[in-house]
Amino acid sequence: MTTDNSAPVSGSIMVVGGGISGLTTALEAAEVGYEVFLVEKEASLGGRVSQLKHYFPKLCPPTCGLEINYRRIKDNKNIKVFTMSEVQKVEGNPGDYTVTLKTAPRYVNENCTACGECAKVCETEISNEFNFGMDRRKAAYLPHNMAFPQRYIMDTAMGTDDRDRVIEACKYDAIDFDMEEKNIDLKVGAIVWNTGWQPYDATKIDNLGFGRYQNIVTNMMLERMASINGPTDGKIIRPSDDKAPATIAFAQCAGSRDENHLPYCSYICCMASLKHATYLREQYPEAKIYIYYIDLRTPGLKYEKFYANLKQDENIFFIKGKVAEVSEESGTGNINLVAEDTITGEKVRQTVDLLVLATGMQPAAAIDKPNADLNYNEEGFIMNDFSKGGMFAAGCANKPADVVTSNQNATGMALKAIQTLVRR
Amino acid sequence: MDKKYGVYICTGCGIGDTLDMEDLVEVPEEEGVNCTTHPFLCSKEGVELIQKDVDEGKVNAMVIGACSRRVNFDVFNFNGCIVERTNLREGVVWPHSREAYPALTEDQKDDEEHFDPIQMKAEDYIKMGMIRVEKVKLPEPFKTETFSRKILVLGGGVTGMSAALDAAKTGYEVTIVEKTDTLGGYAGKLRSQMPVVEPFESLQAPVVESLIQEVQGFSNIEVKTNCEVARIAGQPGEFTVTFKKPGEKIPFDVPFPLPEEMLMDENGKELDAEAAHAKYLEYNEGKNDILQLDPNGLLYGAVVLAAGWRPAVLEGEAYEHLGLNLDNVVTNDEFEMIAAKGKILRPSDGKEAKNVVFIQSPGKDEDDADFEYCGSVTSQVALKQAKYVREDYEDGKAYVIYQHMRTPGLQEYFYKSMQQDDGVFMTKGAVTEVAQQGDGIAVTATNTLLGENLAIKADMVVVAGGMVPVTKDDPVVNLAYRQGPGFRDNDIFGQYADSNYICFPYETQRTGIYAAGSIRRAMTIEESMEDATGAALKAIQCIESSNRGMAVHPRSGDMTYPDFFFQRCTQCKRCTVECPFGALDDDEKGTPNINPTRCRRCGTCMGACPERIITFSDYTIDSIGSQVKAIGVPSEDDYEEPPFRFLALVCENDAFPALDMVGMNRIDYSPNVRFIPVRCLGSVNVIWIKDALAQGMDGVILIGCKHGDDYQCHFMKGSELAEIRVKKIGDALSSLALEEERVAFTEIAIDEYDKLPEIINAFVEKVEDMGPNPFKGF
Repeated sequence: MTTDNSAPVSGSIMVVGGGISGLTTALEAAEVGYEVFLVEKEASLGGRVSQLKHYFPKLCPPTCGLEINYRRIKDNKNIKVFTMSEVQKVEGNPGDYTVTLKTAPRYVNENCTACGECAKVCETEISNEFNFGMDRRKAAYLPHNMAFPQRYIMDTAMGTDDRDRVIEACKYDAIDFDMEEKNIDLKVGAIVWNTGWQPYDATKIDNLGFGRYQNIVTNMMLERMASINGPTDGKIIRPSDDKAPATIAFAQCAGSRDENHLPYCSYICCMASLKHATYLREQYPEAKIYIYYIDLRTPGLKYEKFYANLKQDENIFFIKGKVAEVSEESGTGNINLVAEDTITGEKVRQTVDLLVLATGMQPAAAIDKPNADLNYNEEGFIMNDFSKGGMFAAGCANKPADVVTSNQNATGMALKAIQTLVRR
Repeated sequence: MDKKYGVYICTGCGIGDTLDMEDLVEVPEEEGVNCTTHPFLCSKEGVELIQKDVDEGKVNAMVIGACSRRVNFDVFNFNGCIVERTNLREGVVWPHSREAYPALTEDQKDDEEHFDPIQMKAEDYIKMGMIRVEKVKLPEPFKTETFSRKILVLGGGVTGMSAALDAAKTGYEVTIVEKTDTLGGYAGKLRSQMPVVEPFESLQAPVVESLIQEVQGFSNIEVKTNCEVARIAGQPGEFTVTFKKPGEKIPFDVPFPLPEEMLMDENGKELDAEAAHAKYLEYNEGKNDILQLDPNGLLYGAVVLAAGWRPAVLEGEAYEHLGLNLDNVVTNDEFEMIAAKGKILRPSDGKEAKNVVFIQSPGKDEDDADFEYCGSVTSQVALKQAKYVREDYEDGKAYVIYQHMRTPGLQEYFYKSMQQDDGVFMTKGAVTEVAQQGDGIAVTATNTLLGENLAIKADMVVVAGGMVPVTKDDPVVNLAYRQGPGFRDNDIFGQYADSNYICFPYETQRTGIYAAGSIRRAMTIEESMEDATGAALKAIQCIESSNRGMAVHPRSGDMTYPDFFFQRCTQCKRCTVECPFGALDDDEKGTPNINPTRCRRCGTCMGACPERIITFSDYTIDSIGSQVKAIGVPSEDDYEEPPFRFLALVCENDAFPALDMVGMNRIDYSPNVRFIPVRCLGSVNVIWIKDALAQGMDGVILIGCKHGDDYQCHFMKGSELAEIRVKKIGDALSSLALEEERVAFTEIAIDEYDKLPEIINAFVEKVEDMGPNPFKGF
């Protein structure tokens, strides 16, 4: 007996956040047959992982999976993507929500062919936040070369002259500075919050000197430097003098496992720093790498294997101890650090060319809480209430996690959302 | 479909500025195909122009010469039409500029000295697009003869029950198969569970009882205890499953492949095919062949594999110093069983065990790795069990000696709360010896925090054994697949039934069968339950996709599937062997049987087939072969020094997007290369390479993704197979007195676009140094 061919559709699902976990929830639900509205506040989908060079432990580029996911979106009419959009408010009950979306003006309409003529003539430059401000970009820009949708955006920093120039350069009438913020209401049966995480603001960790000394960078900045589409075309260099670093230290738990900052473990930073050691080793075969840690959280077969491989490298040193103090060596820009080696009990003093802070993750909702009836823990993670249903948090909006775990979770939450619709 | 052709060329984004449009338009027009140009084809007006032709019945098979197919996909979407996107923008005019390749003057156009490589490339691409739309068909979705939406869950532990509940709550019928006589699995034997809610201070009562009750409350969940699967035959949407009592031998037990040692004769020589087959039959005597369908089998649509784990057996030299032979030295599993019975008592004499040492890492001072098959769960179990000691005895003391305390994420709060307990001592340390000392056990450790050596006298010692996936011992799923009864990739994951993809944690090589819980990674109960929900979704999604005749990930929605022209099949079995998904089962003669809903549409079978009898409706040997043949190969008859001509077959998921990025960045590379994106390099049939060389092309390069244990190919072995095939073709080339190096294979990841121009140019230069293909012009 062949059953009917129709998709089991009854109501729609909204997914808030278009990073890897949001993409996963949206696609998995849509491929069951449900209509999905995918809402992303940035101009491109991809989220945090689109800033990464490689995933651990496979050392494969996230763009590969993103490309597949974008292709899945292209091939699926069930998904409607809203970029530059944020949820303003959610009203209603499980199975019957009205969501008000606010869409910021892109100043570029669907006529854009991504030909890039606007960027050529635009003279205004703005800080490139995709690269954490390490370089500048034109105020007429594509978010990055793997951006999806592939459409330019105009920053309002452009003056009248520049605006005239870009409008003149665009042969397709795609630029429109009269665009305004738009609000729309959407009816959905369930909402999954995949709002992800932000790197913890390293300037708040006063003793670690970020922002005071140029050669102290965060792990995410290192990630951008290592990426070929980053500010240094893939070269990891010292910000102060663009020189190749010969000694690099990593300060683990920069903010994490710390009552004054993030009391929890951010899950990914140990593996991330080990991964960063592989980036450095590839570029600098002789560089000495020092990793200061409390515990190396590399559990399970795959992660232990990754760590075991790095232990073979005689120029990578693992020191159990937390970096407590930093200062700058005068004249050289080198970083002096002080840490306590908890095994020997001795104070370790070391001078390195570059210090990388393994900053942790803070849920986006800790900074900007959605206007919806959700439960949060003290740190801003959204706690799920399955008995209530209707709205769910997935990925790092729910708890600190690596990409695999986030995606498992994001897949499951697609089903929880579907259950809400089925139960109606 | 009665095809009506049309070609539409966009002149925007620099296309019209760079190319000679009059000449380009002549290409289709010479073939009698109408060609329309538009300055802004992706505009509303441009699309309307095409739509009008479609609506008027003038066109249903079209070539759109504009930007890459990776952009404006939603714009150039015409229902019921075959649409070929010819990449003139990212593929032609963006990487190759007029500064580098000046346009020809009218005089130069007619002489035999000058040629325009950019124009040539564009014209070739239009021709290649035109022949493709001629050769392909719109797909008709595949329908299985029977269809079931029921979900089979293997394993009645927390993972299995959670998956079943989540599927049942979504309205699906579920059967849980449990080997033992009760539901609950390992979690059913626990004293308590780790805390999962704030403030993470107290242990939780086991969740199993309430899960069992919930399962029993669902009329659409059937539970079969004392039961296992003898075999799972068929394909997603129509798996035919035979159940049996554990240990029973029945004719529908699945045949097992011969163990490797049995493939040799007494002298250690490999058996020939016939002898091996005879031995295989003998080895599986009494078992029906995989193709014989159990008439009493039950039909299921998809399977969740939640068969869990077993405690590790700690044996061998590496553990000798741990005193595992002593009565009062136990594994964490044994300790849990003691604790579940009541107060913690010593196995040796039943005395109260008030001082207990927990050892997390076996490596003396030489290595800081955890025990095999451990994960963060085993760190947390030690904390939990330390708490048992504290619960049972007011003056109890627990010592946890670890190398790395692994409590990631919010589980850190549990660790923190345990640190507050002054009866719990935790330290980093390397355990050097565990030995009997009078009535107690002496544990010594070095390199503890603050450099001190540690000696503890304890009543009991608990060693953190790992969680071994049951797939280490047994395939469990017992698939009636010619490729064998288990998952194929498990040996690269230490026998976990895991996915090799970070982005796609449920992607395995056996479509419709989704693993969850500790069978794929050491997980806590909470993590397992969460994973179960995801696996339930994937099972449901596979059922719904199969029912619509659509592929599941990664070619989600693809409605094509392989079609065989059996009259010409030589029963070589290559397709059956090479299919990454085991979609083909050959019969006793070696003729393949297709299971289209197992298929993920990579085309590896098409690449493997020496007779070239396998096709997909929109992707065939002929469709790509004809594109290759449409490439113009100028010879000395045309020019005094004709340009070389190269073919590049590129993976559409990695190399092709990378090439787009090269174009976007306006980086030039040899314009003499013609690129054809393929579904996977595994689908590349060597005939395309041979044809290219036979028509005088000078070289062929295959560009695919990285292979090896950390393979990035979403069809597992595509680029690896391509590399093997390229090596083999080398021999054939030398017999034709052609240099082997004219055919090359290279791997590239999607983000390595910066390397691509260099790779292409290096290949081109190398072949140019060899001189032109001697067959050119013949």
